[in-house]
Amino acid sequence: MPKTVLKVENLHKSYGNLEVLKGISFQVRQGETTVIIGSSGTGKSTLLTCINQITPPDKGRIWLEDIEITDPKTDLNMVRSSIGMVFQHFNLFTHLNALDNVRLGLTVVKKISPERATEIGIEKLKLVGLEDKLHSYPAELSGGQQQRVSIARALAMSPKLILFDEPTSALDPELIGEVLNVMIELAKSGMTMIVVSHEMGFARAVANDIIFMENGVIVEEGTPEAMFNYCKNPRTREFLHKITELYGGKKE
Amino acid sequence: MSFPELAWSILPKLLEGMVVTLELTIIAITMGALLGIPIALGRVYGSKLIYIFCTFFVEIFRGTPLLTQLFILYFGLPSVGVMLSPFTAAVIGMGLNSAAYQAEYFRGAIQSVKEEQLIAAYSLGMKQVQAIRYVVLPQMLRLVIPSWSNELIYLLKYTSMAYMIQAPEIISQGRLISSRNFRTFEVFIVITVIYLVVVLILSKFLDLMESKFRIPGL
Ligand SMILES: Nc1ncnc2c1ncn2[C@@H]1O[C@H](COP(=O)(O)OP(=O)(O)OP(=O)(O)O)[C@@H](O)[C@H]1O
Ligand SMILES: [Mg+2]
Repeated sequence: MPKTVLKVENLHKSYGNLEVLKGISFQVRQGETTVIIGSSGTGKSTLLTCINQITPPDKGRIWLEDIEITDPKTDLNMVRSSIGMVFQHFNLFTHLNALDNVRLGLTVVKKISPERATEIGIEKLKLVGLEDKLHSYPAELSGGQQQRVSIARALAMSPKLILFDEPTSALDPELIGEVLNVMIELAKSGMTMIVVSHEMGFARAVANDIIFMENGVIVEEGTPEAMFNYCKNPRTREFLHKITELYGGKKE
Repeated sequence: MSFPELAWSILPKLLEGMVVTLELTIIAITMGALLGIPIALGRVYGSKLIYIFCTFFVEIFRGTPLLTQLFILYFGLPSVGVMLSPFTAAVIGMGLNSAAYQAEYFRGAIQSVKEEQLIAAYSLGMKQVQAIRYVVLPQMLRLVIPSWSNELIYLLKYTSMAYMIQAPEIISQGRLISSRNFRTFEVFIVITVIYLVVVLILSKFLDLMESKFRIPGL
């Protein structure tokens, strides 16, 4: 059995009186893709930012491989550099071209030489199909292209795990496919990924696990097969039904 | 003496004054930027104490007239044993004053860099100083150019206040000349034209800078 890359145990997070995460526990094994679904305001984004601790969790423990990253002694910058993050709105550095967006983390955080960083940058941008856009600035790229740059930027750091927060929900419908295809290739190449997304076609294609969250708890979790065909909870069934109507992904 | 002859004869002295004016302007704007950037960073990212200190500085210098600041530096400080030359007093006064204004321009520019880019930087494992250095500052410097251009041109004109503490800038030269030849009107027409030419050249240069550093596609 592949080793566990991420283990989350009893994670809690509140904003003031609002309890957003109410004890989340799950694991992701190496090379696996976990898709998280759930309605708006359920705490999916909060869960992801708690994992790389951009949002500090209130309670609970998280392990990345063998290291407990919620231990106050761990070097958070080190931890973050080995967890990739892809955002709904891409969050590219607007003053840098595609190549420099990918290079920045390598030179600044990993202290890799500029020449080597350029090689890695070009390699990763090729991987996402943007070898002809190396010198374009974010504002000169389509949403789909920007998101692929941001995937390349995450990949360049050789992360142990990549977190995707609704990577296609800000895109025009005709641009969603190009991003999902890159993500499908990534998943197939053995990258470990946690993806918040309602693209059920993607989930069916590559997810090992689907987690349904509601009001800060995990309601149900299972393989796509199990979730689509035999889910136990009526809420899960209803939600899955709703998003397959909306986003497609019915079995072809 | 006809106007062109007069203008020609007083031009060397006036240009000498303009050189001093430009020196004052350039030193003050540089000093203002070197102080203004850390003050702006202090107001945005600093601890409570640093924030209060920086805000206090900005409010004092923006909230009082430049002329009183210059008078305190030049006429006031000697009473506590600090003697400054007119030029030094003018440079310090205008530098501090400009720092307060520039801090506000820089702060505005810092705050218009999207928070989401900082989150991306932290997610890559950057420390706050690295995120500021590589993500915020380069964008801030570009965004600030238009308001910074205004500040430079204001400052150039405000250096005329240094006349009040006898710094030998262009107005002082003009007063000196007109006190001898009594042709104040013509002398100040020439001074006005000199200012105008310098301002136009500076504006053109700053426009070029702005387009040179513009981020493609934005
Ligand atoms: N910084 C914050 N301060 C206060 N409340 C917050 C903050 N961030 C999120 N929240 C609240 O926490 C709850 C969960 O937000 P979160 O963004 O995690 O939900 P989500 O499942 O990602 O929703 P969506 O599908 O709309 O992205 C929401 O009610 C939100 O208003
Ligand atoms: Mg969200």
